Amino acid sequence: MKRFIGFVTKEFYHIFRDRRSLFILFGMPIVQILLFGFAITNEINNVNIAILDHSKDANTQEIINKISASKYFSINQLIERESDIEAVFKKGQVKAVLNFEKDFSKNLIKNRQATVQIITDATDPNTANTITNYVSSILQNYQMEQNKAVKINYVIGPQPRMVYNAELKSVYMFVPGVMTIILMLVSAMMTSISITREKELGTMEILLVSPIKPLLVIIGKVFPYIFLSIVNAIVIVVLSIFIFKMPMQGSLILLALESILFILSALSLGILISTVSATQQTAMMISLMGLMLPVILLSGFIFPISSMPLPLQIISNIIPAKWFIIILKGIMLKGVGIQFIWKETLILLGMTVFCLALSVKKYKIRLE
Amino acid sequence: MGIHIENISKSYKDVNALKNISFDVKPNELFGLIGPDGAGKTTLFRILTTLLIANEGKASVAGMDVLLDYKEIRKHVGYMPGRFSLYQDLTVEENLKFFATIFGTTIEENYDLIKEIYVQIEPFKDRRAGKLSGGMKQKLALCCALIHKPKVLFLDEPTTGVDPVSRKEFWEMLKRLQEKNITILVSTPYMDEAALCDRIALIQDGKILQIDTPEAIVNQYPKTIYNVSANNMYQVIKSLKAYSHQHSVYPFGEFVHYTDTREDFNTLDLNHYLEAQNLTNITIEKTQATIEDSFMELAK
Repeated sequence: MKRFIGFVTKEFYHIFRDRRSLFILFGMPIVQILLFGFAITNEINNVNIAILDHSKDANTQEIINKISASKYFSINQLIERESDIEAVFKKGQVKAVLNFEKDFSKNLIKNRQATVQIITDATDPNTANTITNYVSSILQNYQMEQNKAVKINYVIGPQPRMVYNAELKSVYMFVPGVMTIILMLVSAMMTSISITREKELGTMEILLVSPIKPLLVIIGKVFPYIFLSIVNAIVIVVLSIFIFKMPMQGSLILLALESILFILSALSLGILISTVSATQQTAMMISLMGLMLPVILLSGFIFPISSMPLPLQIISNIIPAKWFIIILKGIMLKGVGIQFIWKETLILLGMTVFCLALSVKKYKIRLE
Repeated sequence: MGIHIENISKSYKDVNALKNISFDVKPNELFGLIGPDGAGKTTLFRILTTLLIANEGKASVAGMDVLLDYKEIRKHVGYMPGRFSLYQDLTVEENLKFFATIFGTTIEENYDLIKEIYVQIEPFKDRRAGKLSGGMKQKLALCCALIHKPKVLFLDEPTTGVDPVSRKEFWEMLKRLQEKNITILVSTPYMDEAALCDRIALIQDGKILQIDTPEAIVNQYPKTIYNVSANNMYQVIKSLKAYSHQHSVYPFGEFVHYTDTREDFNTLDLNHYLEAQNLTNITIEKTQATIEDSFMELAK
């Protein structure tokens, strides 16, 4: 026990004396969560649009008023000619132009049909799509209001209701993702680097020629990172609840336990990486390429798994982060208990045990 | 209780690092392994410290088999690798404390063993190990290797990259440690340090050339060596190498060590020859052979 404490104390000295690792440990989580929370978002707010109104009648005016009243759009300018459309797009002043046809009201009454063209700047396809949807729904809304007066045969009125994230806030999606990335980064990368550092600097040689057991070396190396990862998880949860108003529907204790499980699985991956790499460089590359990229791309954090090609969907199953994100969303947004996420939990547990067993088997008690 | 090495061979992918090596180190002996870089010294150290497994042969340290009793050996040997292998971001004291702890002891318990060395680095005990000078680093590494009172001490090139004064001090320390019943196996590429060992093994290309006391090795040198010097040393070496009767020509400090193939060698002949090569201020004197001469002769 004394040996273990001595070893862990030494590890903490390493961590706190290395500015770089301190930054990765504590600066990164906060920076990332704030970045994702504030800057990176796929919601639209106050998008500048331009209006080209050829008819300038009561109906078009009402529609324009409705649009400018919504918080999504602000009308940046009114243009007069078709030829100006291209110009405003090129200047980058607006993201969309609404083009009302000539004699809008007249057509509406006479032909029961009038057109408004929505032209969007699709250099950013997601935003263009969202704008089109929002404008269409405003138009539909307006149409329904108009039709109330008139009796028509029947109408199918869809009433969408988004549950668990009614306002479609992207931060709800990013918080679980960022938490996963950070725990993965801190746990897997930092442990693999810190173990390979001993190999690279030759201190592993001395540790091997000493009575300290290999298992104790690993546990001693990993222990500080378990502790620091838990601190990080707490920081992230607190930030997301208090700054981003992330809901916390489920049990905090369950969340804590699941987080610890994920931390352990990431650590076991880190240990596994350290057994196969000889230098810190290699360990870092394997962690970044082998862990970070899949976590970002294949875990369903940014790109939905269901829309991936089948091979990628299959690969995504072996990524612990995928399961942890499902668990996190379940607990935080839906407020589910263990009975709904036991399967994911079991998968994570299995992965952890597998990696640990493999690394213990691969751990070298000699130099080769 | 010393070290026993029997027919040890070790090869890496395509290099034969050690070829059928056998020798014994007696208890409490200060034994030197002398050879150039790449001779196989470090490989042998790693086999003896249980870090590598030999392809063939047997070895035991303090009566324990390096393969079967490796856990036991790891408790009872001190190992100082060739490269400085302590924690650079830990202070002198923290390093020492850490190694004491993992060996299940304390600095106080074995302080008498390291005292003489530690007092020299104690003024810097709060300095990070990475910021110490070369000599200081080696002293600290020696302290760390000694802190658990090992039976056998393995020092792999402990004085490489260390200034001459510190080197001298370091060897004096080894002599004193020997008196405390510690068997010491030390390797070095410096031939002048060889003379300080009880016995030495000259090793090259994974083979032992000779094992004996430094005096015996020097005494067995078969030839008479002459110190040759003149106004232009470069020209001297060139001329001597071109001389038809030369046996060996090596620069040695301010002289050239020269041996001749003839039994009835006369220095006057050589003098004439060198004069004919337009050299002046020629001196040719008999001198004592050194370990380096022996090594060069054996490695020929």
